[in-house]
Amino acid sequence: MKLDNFSILIGGEAGYGIDRSSLIIARLLNRMGYRVYIYRDYPSLIRGGHTFSIIRAAARTRVNVHEDKVEMVLALNQDTFDFHKIKLKDNGIIIFDPAKVKADNLPTSIIALAIPLTDLVKEEKGAEIMRNSALLGSFCRVSGIEWGRLEEIFKENFPKELEANLRVARRGFDVSQERLKIVAVDNKRLPLLTGNEALSLGLIRGGLKAYLAYPMTPSSTILHFLAGVADKFGLKVIQPESEIGVVLTALGFAYAGEKVAVGTSGGGFCLMTEGVSFSGMAELPLVFIVGQRTGPSTGLPTYTGQTELHFVLHAGQGEFTRLVVAPGDAEEAYYWGALSLKLAWKYQIPSFILTDKTLAEGTFNFDLKAIASIPEISSSLWERKGEYKRYLDTETGISPLAFAPDSEATVKINSYEHTEAGITTEDPMITKKMQEKRLRKQNYLAEELDHYQLVKTYGEEKSSTALLCWGSNKGVCVELAERLGLKVVQPLVLNPFPLRQFQKALEGAKKIIAIENNATAQLVKLINRYGFKADEKILKYDGRPFALDELEFELSKVLE
Amino acid sequence: MSEQELGTKTHNDWCPGCGNFAILSAIKSVLNELRDEGQKLENVVLVSGIGQHAKIVDYLNLNSFYSLHGRVTPAASGIKLAKPELQVIGFAGDGDAYGEGIEHLIFAAKRNIDITMLIHDNRVYALTTGQSTPTSPLGFKGRSTPAGTREAPLNPLKLMLASGATFIARSYSGKIAHLKQTIKEAILHKGFSLVDILQVCVTFNNLYEYYNRKVYELSGHDPYDYDRALKIMGEWDYNFEAPIALGTIYKRDALTLEAFYRDLPSPSETERQEKIRTLIKNYI
Repeated sequence: MKLDNFSILIGGEAGYGIDRSSLIIARLLNRMGYRVYIYRDYPSLIRGGHTFSIIRAAARTRVNVHEDKVEMVLALNQDTFDFHKIKLKDNGIIIFDPAKVKADNLPTSIIALAIPLTDLVKEEKGAEIMRNSALLGSFCRVSGIEWGRLEEIFKENFPKELEANLRVARRGFDVSQERLKIVAVDNKRLPLLTGNEALSLGLIRGGLKAYLAYPMTPSSTILHFLAGVADKFGLKVIQPESEIGVVLTALGFAYAGEKVAVGTSGGGFCLMTEGVSFSGMAELPLVFIVGQRTGPSTGLPTYTGQTELHFVLHAGQGEFTRLVVAPGDAEEAYYWGALSLKLAWKYQIPSFILTDKTLAEGTFNFDLKAIASIPEISSSLWERKGEYKRYLDTETGISPLAFAPDSEATVKINSYEHTEAGITTEDPMITKKMQEKRLRKQNYLAEELDHYQLVKTYGEEKSSTALLCWGSNKGVCVELAERLGLKVVQPLVLNPFPLRQFQKALEGAKKIIAIENNATAQLVKLINRYGFKADEKILKYDGRPFALDELEFELSKVLE
Repeated sequence: MSEQELGTKTHNDWCPGCGNFAILSAIKSVLNELRDEGQKLENVVLVSGIGQHAKIVDYLNLNSFYSLHGRVTPAASGIKLAKPELQVIGFAGDGDAYGEGIEHLIFAAKRNIDITMLIHDNRVYALTTGQSTPTSPLGFKGRSTPAGTREAPLNPLKLMLASGATFIARSYSGKIAHLKQTIKEAILHKGFSLVDILQVCVTFNNLYEYYNRKVYELSGHDPYDYDRALKIMGEWDYNFEAPIALGTIYKRDALTLEAFYRDLPSPSETERQEKIRTLIKNYI
């Protein structure tokens, strides 16, 4: 078994504690110096069904994608055993609970270890969920990981019933035998954050004061995370009655001068679109997080997709300036979270952060020091001269801001077309002037954005073959490109379209292969508008993200 | 700022005889009185929806948020939650508040957020030229219901009572002194307050004669008496002819939502960075 780069799959029914166990394994390996990534796969239900996580660890390089083939399977139930035994590589190990799993028809190349998890828990008079602890103990012994390491992680992760869990884990450890040796490696230890946690911190870094959301996968964990740290960061975290309630309440916050964001997925965003247009018209800054999942309609609620690019680019009636970004990993989520909020407030526009389930709920290493510095971006404030006009027409189209209560300024915002003072009008001259004012901001936004890295390239810069991707597909594309000597081009900002940087990134690329999690190649459609085309498209729209080995196989079909 | 100065130079587009004039006049007097009593008018934010009623914010030289149809309550709630020191007054039509935006109204009442909702209840969609609304009577002949609507109206007061509103009143655009007094009481109420204002649309639903015959002002009523309030609310079902009570029908004292969000210290940019650095160490 190659131990510089390996994957462990743990599975059971929903409600079995798979998530916590996978996080404990990830932290264990993380503290041993490995770079770690977790892919979570779970159905849309509370108990039962089949849920699993793949923890991938690498000794030398960052990994931001899972592999389908794994070195080890930890099976708490029969489904895990049945569905995933074929994923084991030769000499792979499967640890299972014989009380729950009938281990039939196993290929001979696999090492099957029956560990009596249920019996161990019963003997220790523990609750059934503690089978996880017994399994984790067994996993450590089998992998040659010292007991003390697991003990340390347990102490931090079990505020309740620590002693009982430790006892059960120790039993699992003691009844197992070492089969391999995962050794600590010498890397700087980095935090492990989900994309949503990193994005939340980025918003906080950008000055967030309030977050509003109606629960919806895959964005709910932003709501949970921010509610948990609300006191620490002075946040108001609110769950209104519907997504319409969310967006309009958020616009109220923006009017009052508080930096605010909302989060949802495609279905919730449908309800928010009247607020998108309102934000554009009334020039009330607001950040929208749209976590994409498999559609159309309710689709596959807990699975991934990249189908809302054009929805977000065009959502809302009328024409107005908007910023659309699509980070590809936790660090980019942090950076663009902060920047989107600041830019929304400078230009008084709606900003959109497109994530997807893979990024939102995947767990990544997070290196704060590797993130480019986040500049001070100040909003234009009223200088208290003359009569205040909320929509003063200026060269840049940006009007100075004042907020109620202000004894010298009356602040009037309006969803109708309006005069500079914010009073309703249907005058053709003013209508034209105000429309141009709002659109003019886009030119200045594009100009300012060009100072940032809006399109990233990775892999072999000189390669004439480029993989074109956006969002979470960055992880799989970068790793493959480095392996196969290809180049990767990843636009992070999708509106205003970063034409100059995109053109430059594609220099020398003769064959462009687009990789997307949708059925219609939405990024390709976008670049077509600017005169670019993709030579090949590899599209996946079954709700699951590309696994590394899967995309490698697909690529082999189109590479000469 | 005199009563005159509270207004703007914007041309008033309401039809002559429109009940909205009474509401505009009443709110001006109330705000002038409040200012005379020491309230700063820069703390007032007016929120309106879409409809003939909503033009009121263009006619008042005060902070305002001209929202979308049905979306007065959530916008008003956001402003109040962001800055609890603001006095947030929402104007909404019956189609606006009881139709498209009813979910928000119910939840604002449930949360007892300290905002005031003044409903211009003319029982017709006027700006869209005469269709039936949630409070139009059964058989109402509008442009969308030429044979008469088949729906009975809802009773907004009972709905608000069931939703947990802590101040529920009804007034009438034909009784300006009563209207003024009721609006003022609603604004001064600490908590969610709603005044259903029977506002007459002279063009599409002229009920002056009907209301003048049926309305009466409550006297000696204890608005803290829930059972009595429910009974008064049930006297008239917005449909069949019956006595129509005007006044503060129900009231109770309760904690308000925004009180829970007060005084959260917000860290500076440097403090944020430091706190983030410290926090993520727990994620190793």
